Amino acid sequence: MWFFSSPRIVFGEGALGYLDTIDSKRACIVTDANLVSLGYINNLREILTSKGTEIDVIDQVESDPSIETVKAGGGHMLEFEPDLIIAIGGGSVIDAAKGMWVLYEHPGFNPESINPIDELKLRVKAHFVAIPTTAGSGSETTWAIVLTNHSERRKLGLGNREVIPDLAILDPEFISDLPQNITAETGLDALTHAVEGYTCTFANDFCDGLCLQAAQLVFDYLPRCFHDGQDMEARTHLQNAAAIAGLGFGNSMAALAHGMGHALGGTFHFPHGRSVAIFLPYTIEYCAYTNSARYAILARFLGLKVGSERETASSLAEAIRQLEREIKQPLTLSDAGITKDLFKHELEHLIFNAMNDTQTIMSTRIPDEADLRRLFQYAFIGKKVDF
Amino acid sequence: MSFPFPSDAWVEAMMEELNRSDVYKDVARNWEGDFYFVIEAGGKLAKEATLYMDLWHGKCRDAYEVSDPDTRKPAFRLSGPIVNWKRVMTKQLDPMQAMMTGQLKLKGNMAMVMKNVRAAKELVECCTRIPTDFPI
Repeated sequence: MWFFSSPRIVFGEGALGYLDTIDSKRACIVTDANLVSLGYINNLREILTSKGTEIDVIDQVESDPSIETVKAGGGHMLEFEPDLIIAIGGGSVIDAAKGMWVLYEHPGFNPESINPIDELKLRVKAHFVAIPTTAGSGSETTWAIVLTNHSERRKLGLGNREVIPDLAILDPEFISDLPQNITAETGLDALTHAVEGYTCTFANDFCDGLCLQAAQLVFDYLPRCFHDGQDMEARTHLQNAAAIAGLGFGNSMAALAHGMGHALGGTFHFPHGRSVAIFLPYTIEYCAYTNSARYAILARFLGLKVGSERETASSLAEAIRQLEREIKQPLTLSDAGITKDLFKHELEHLIFNAMNDTQTIMSTRIPDEADLRRLFQYAFIGKKVDF
Repeated sequence: MSFPFPSDAWVEAMMEELNRSDVYKDVARNWEGDFYFVIEAGGKLAKEATLYMDLWHGKCRDAYEVSDPDTRKPAFRLSGPIVNWKRVMTKQLDPMQAMMTGQLKLKGNMAMVMKNVRAAKELVECCTRIPTDFPI
């Protein structure tokens, strides 16, 4: 027994206009200060005020949102009492807004307790709309909430099926000016979702097609977006790819690259997409060493070099490295700027957090401490995994 | 030699297996919380049975079959029909999936669980290593 869940998704040029059909007396917009200064919420405000909706804005969400940010936002919502929450931003904003929503509907709830087992009974006070401005985390279509416990220097992979947004609005207007480096990082996050969603232990028939298609779209359109930010056809396809990958992995799971990437992000505060993508080729090699079939099918689907099952799986790791080179993303931890001394100093912390990450146990090959140590070391120096 | 499940002998064997596990010792180093495992009746299991395990910082300090469940208030309670326990313990059903679909019900400090999922996973892995006679 398993589930498949999706928000209503409105996509394409002019999608923001669909918000005009949603009735709301009081809407709380959750975003970040940068997007406000860039004017990203202006059209949103116009639509809401034209309908007589009272608006409040929470704009202090940071990258890798903290437990404290979620608590503060939840408290803010308790004062304003919205009947509609609109998260407009990247994955950090949407995840934080989901957490705030839980606290708004359940005052005093511990955000670290948000889990996929308990019933939350949301939607008593408010419904939730997500508008992504990156392509992307796919948070607009998932039940994931990734928060950071800064005192423990740890990212927490939390979530509950009820926090899947009611509505996801994919309007290319919001990703048309995405800077080149963010285009690259968030695009790779979408690819990692697609690959891991297809190859994790919770993979299922409902998600397979979504993951395959999302991976193909990223390979086809991310390089175009990177080289020409004005290529709106490519931007639109990449935006869709991120949401589709979200549906794919969100209804199966992520896996080891995310477990290691969360550990890296919690320790060094690297962008999430960059963090998981550094590890993706290494974790493919590690998992394919014992279970190569799914990686081989994915590689064949993408039209990559075909040989034995393991060779075909290996060609997937190489294709990802090639893509990362093309879009100027680091392939190793040292490329990413981590010195040898710092790596040595933080290695035990990285290993422990990766061991206990909620996504690591979804991998088809779950590393013990010794294997994780080697994996981090291989990723530091850039050695292909051979064990 | 197989151990009947659920029973005192089984949970004692489980305690030994857990305390032998270097993986569990490592990943559960921050775990605090004792458990009731409640096995609902079915098949030849005529009535509900409860097993107790005291889990603390990577070790199991005590384990036994409980005759009166009202005598303790453990931090966690994992309950379900015997058929689902068997499916998890024979690796036909992923334990996380079992809990996320309500096939096994978990109550307790969920923040502890979410930060220590590997410990929960390894706990179940240890279960699967005990040679077991199921009543169904």
